[in-house]
Amino acid sequence: MPAGFYAAGVRGNLAKAFELTNTQLLRRAALPKSYTDLLGRKLFLALLTVQGLGAFALITLGVILQKNTTAKNVIRPRIRQEIARAGVALLPMFFFVALALGFLVIGQTVSTLAKVGAISYLGSTMVIVVVRELGPLLAAFLVLARVGTANVIELGTARALGEVEALEALGIDPVHYLIVPRVIGMALGIFSLTVYLIIGALASGYLFAFLQDVPLTPGDYFKQIVESLGWLDFALLALKTMAFGFFIAIVTCYHGLAQPLRLEEVSRVAVRAVTQGIVVCVLIDAVFIVLYLVT
Amino acid sequence: MSETQTIPVIEMRGVSIAAMRDASFTMVADVDWSVAAGEFWVVAGQELSGKSDLLMLAAGLMSPVAGSYKLFGSDTKDFGEAELAERLRVGFIFQGGQLFNQLTIAENVALPLRYQKNLTVAEAVKEVSALLELLELTPLADVTPANVAANWRQRAALARALILKPELLLLDNPLAGLGARHRQWWLRFLNQLSGGHELFGGKPMTLVVSTDDLRPWQDARRKFALLHKKKIILLGGWNEVETIGDSVVKELLAAQHETTTQ
Repeated sequence: MPAGFYAAGVRGNLAKAFELTNTQLLRRAALPKSYTDLLGRKLFLALLTVQGLGAFALITLGVILQKNTTAKNVIRPRIRQEIARAGVALLPMFFFVALALGFLVIGQTVSTLAKVGAISYLGSTMVIVVVRELGPLLAAFLVLARVGTANVIELGTARALGEVEALEALGIDPVHYLIVPRVIGMALGIFSLTVYLIIGALASGYLFAFLQDVPLTPGDYFKQIVESLGWLDFALLALKTMAFGFFIAIVTCYHGLAQPLRLEEVSRVAVRAVTQGIVVCVLIDAVFIVLYLVT
Repeated sequence: MSETQTIPVIEMRGVSIAAMRDASFTMVADVDWSVAAGEFWVVAGQELSGKSDLLMLAAGLMSPVAGSYKLFGSDTKDFGEAELAERLRVGFIFQGGQLFNQLTIAENVALPLRYQKNLTVAEAVKEVSALLELLELTPLADVTPANVAANWRQRAALARALILKPELLLLDNPLAGLGARHRQWWLRFLNQLSGGHELFGGKPMTLVVSTDDLRPWQDARRKFALLHKKKIILLGGWNEVETIGDSVVKELLAAQHETTTQ
């Protein structure tokens, strides 16, 4: 790949700045001759993808910072649209999932702790399971499935039909118009949905415990939870969910926009993007686990 | 004559153009071509002769592989955000229109105006409505491109390109796939633009059209060029086109002779 390829492309305001022809070559290359070849090729592909995703993330961040006042009357309604799509529109599904999560997982934990007389650990268990881990990760996966795939398909189709070139011809930065609203919308959407999911799951969890005659008043239950929550939980929850949203949007938009796709390739790329989105979420989660343990 | 009028709109010196989809493949080489303000050029060529790539380069959307290209006197080698104002003096119409499928026709036309001038929908509506009216698109304003016939999609693409009142309009095979009535409309309207339309201040617009069929473009006021075997051949006016012995030109004109001899 030529040096300064991305920067030159972005200066030129061209979508082809993100094209990784090397990955296309590797994917279309002949079958590897040995398992070592296969491993090497996979590793090389993974590194190229990481490089591409990193560059794309940095470019998007740069555009967010540089163009925060450009075309506000066009971009802000688009951001609101994306928040509605990655947040408000998913609320009914999230209320259902919150109920299910509470009934299936949390209710069982509450009743089991009550049986072994460990009811005093309830608050911290709830915080670790729901607030720190399950809530954010589940919200991220659901948004990835519902909105992330739509991102890849929409952008991939737009790219295949030449809409990105049309934006460039009109002097509209495709990253600013297509990617920035999706990234901001998804980051805020996942954050908000996680908060609703956690509240819903904790409430429905107590409901299930109550139905099982666990000797715990609502006041005691929520007191334990509040006592187990620290300022770090709130801060890291916000950071983690926004990081999930940012990177899910980056991965899905990168796969939709970065490669010059043919229409028949869009569905295959959507599957790849979802897989990579899950991997990225798990990696981010691992980083935050380390942060929780260190602090 | 002022200095801005003497500076060529398009000035290519020894330019080589790579394929849009494959930067390693040279489509056209050693292009020496100059377009003055107000001229109407028709660039003819067979399929895959590099017409679209030439126009993309002319619009400043691609950089030349070799040589220098000046658009309105500015070198496009380092074209970036700072040179956006120069880019916006160019309107580009893709073959097939390439409208944004999720927006309505009116939203498609309004988008460049709203983005470049930071306007709300209400602020842009007057200009958009006037242009839609001019191009007879008002009844289709609230329809998405997928629900509009190709003839009208192409016209909506023209409206979108004209909304920023460009000085140079590049049209990639604009008559391809159009019905006879629409072809006549386009030829008439482009002539009006070339002569100076009142909606655009009466100033003659510089036009460059690519085509694989020379027949509809017969007009003594137009200039012609041919892309063939990776070269650009500047043919001159219509008289020269008719008298030239080049086999490709003859092929591009063949249907005309068939028509006239019938």
